[in-house]
Amino acid sequence: MDHQTAHKLEPEGDAPRRPVRELTAGEAVYLVEAFKGLGVTFRHFIKNLFNRRELPTVSYPEEKRDYGERFRGRHVLNLREDGTTKCVACMMCATICPARCIEIVAEESPTPAIEKRPKSFVIDGLRCVMCGFCVDACPCDAIYMTGEYDFAEYAREDFLWDLTHLTRRPSLADAPRGYRPRIE
Amino acid sequence: MMDGIDYLLMAIKVVVVVMAFVSLVPVLVWLERRASALMQDRLGPNRTHVFGFKAFGIIQAVADVAKLLLKEDFVPAKADRLLYAIGPFMVLVPAVVVPIAIPFADSIRLGAREFSFQAANVDGGLLFVFAIASLGVYGLILSGWSSNNKFSMLGAMRSSAQMVSYEISMGLAVVGVLMLFGTYQGVSSFELNHLIRAQGETISIFGLFTLPKWGVFVQPLGFLLFLAASYAETNRLPFDMPEDESALVAGYHTEYGGMKFAVFFMSEYVAMVTASCLVVALFFGGWQVPWAPTDVLRANAPLVARILLAGAGVAAVGTGLLFWHLVTNEIYAYGISPAIRRMTDPIKKIGSIGIGLAGLAMLAAAAFAVPTSMSAQAGQIVAAIAQLGAFVMKLGFFLFLYIWVRWTLPRFRYDQVMRLGWKVMLPLALVNILVTGFVGLAF
Ligand code: SF4
Ligand code: SF4
Repeated sequence: MDHQTAHKLEPEGDAPRRPVRELTAGEAVYLVEAFKGLGVTFRHFIKNLFNRRELPTVSYPEEKRDYGERFRGRHVLNLREDGTTKCVACMMCATICPARCIEIVAEESPTPAIEKRPKSFVIDGLRCVMCGFCVDACPCDAIYMTGEYDFAEYAREDFLWDLTHLTRRPSLADAPRGYRPRIE
Repeated sequence: MMDGIDYLLMAIKVVVVVMAFVSLVPVLVWLERRASALMQDRLGPNRTHVFGFKAFGIIQAVADVAKLLLKEDFVPAKADRLLYAIGPFMVLVPAVVVPIAIPFADSIRLGAREFSFQAANVDGGLLFVFAIASLGVYGLILSGWSSNNKFSMLGAMRSSAQMVSYEISMGLAVVGVLMLFGTYQGVSSFELNHLIRAQGETISIFGLFTLPKWGVFVQPLGFLLFLAASYAETNRLPFDMPEDESALVAGYHTEYGGMKFAVFFMSEYVAMVTASCLVVALFFGGWQVPWAPTDVLRANAPLVARILLAGAGVAAVGTGLLFWHLVTNEIYAYGISPAIRRMTDPIKKIGSIGIGLAGLAMLAAAAFAVPTSMSAQAGQIVAAIAQLGAFVMKLGFFLFLYIWVRWTLPRFRYDQVMRLGWKVMLPLALVNILVTGFVGLAF
């Protein structure tokens, strides 16, 4: 059977019913099956009681899960060697952003070779849908995403990530590089 | 005749028993959450702590109560305010009144005074228990009806239908027990203590070995019926039709929040303890220590004391080791800040060493310090402690069974509940009575 027909839906109305198996006499009495069920849960209970560490639960925040290296987490604005931001305020990211959450104010760059730089660059973290389009759109490799996923704040204002936050927040030092980590 | 001291004693006993039953609720909630988690390969709540003391997670129950206390006391528009407010208490009161008729050990004689381990020695205790327990359904119906919500109403209707159906099988299942144990040593009585005393004998199986003459061994069918009916009466899965959350939001307590909801919650657990007590009393020999009726226990008091002490010692040593394991293992300290751990970890370590040493001391006392003969009075007390221990162990098993069953069996459909109640359990209960009668006549 090829891919197409395997996924074709049966027409409604005469969809083949899954055959319903009649209960055997033992199953109809219910009690035996109930005891078997009790056995299953008790096995799990005992096994897990003595092997807490083997449980699939991740005890966040003490234990953290590893995500893929292309994980799309909180953004970062990359810097040049001299410490200025690579962003040239071209507005590509702000234009493509489906959530309209990037707000850039451009100003003239002091370096003659570069036309513009962002005067302010704010991403509203509460509106961002973490789609990564901004990273794709950026012609200068300026905006990347990191692997940071655990950002919680007490106030809405704190989710407005500004230039300082995007370039120099303390957590960047050991934040794993996220989306587009391998392109230099 | 009862005099002032008797009344005082009775009042104290009532308070102690009711408090004990109510304070079992947080423990049961904790057990329910932790056991269900482990059965489903989860960890369960393990973060809440007070100054670094998690008490295995029991503190979670305290946090829950604090949360519920701070919630809004909501009354729906057009609800019958009076009935809505007293509904939860109509459920709670019967639930906490029933335990006072449950005996926890054989009565002892101190000087001229008889002391029974039962808050109120009600004549016809069994009837009292059934009568009061069946009042609980009024609370469900009133609160469901007065909340002016169709889901609550449906839950209430279901609960009344279910309770009525299963009370019949429950009552009939007990008849078999009464036929066998109601008359013991020439006395006929409904008293629970009497029924339990009658279960103190042993029955021999083909002369190979002996089994205690407990209800479960002579009335296996009656036991199953009673157990199933008691699950239905306490609205626990697989019979939790009244609050069937996948069909009825939350059933009769849909509109309840905050402490009023907590009262329903508490009553459910107290009712669960009471039902387990009844199962133990009627079918598992109540306070009877297997193979050792009261007079045997009293006659061998020094030996019993020794075994008790040794058991307590082993348990204490085990607890100490467990605590030590929990304190020294990083993963059990998750959620506690390092500063608090530096402060409280030494206390916990000293505590666990203390418990362990106390256990060792008990073991040593069991080996050397127990006198070889005891006065009759001391013997009675030792026997009572042993019986209390036996009762608590049996009770613990049934409480765990309640939880275990809840997280294993899926809920029945409503028509299945009715069919099981009327077409299966009722006829079986009647057959059980007939067979018991015939066997009784034949021997
Ligand atoms: S990840 Fe998507 S939504 Fe978020 S800022 Fe970039 S383009 Fe906008
Ligand atoms: S697309 Fe890149 S360079 Fe252009 S404004 Fe956005 S971050 Fe700056």
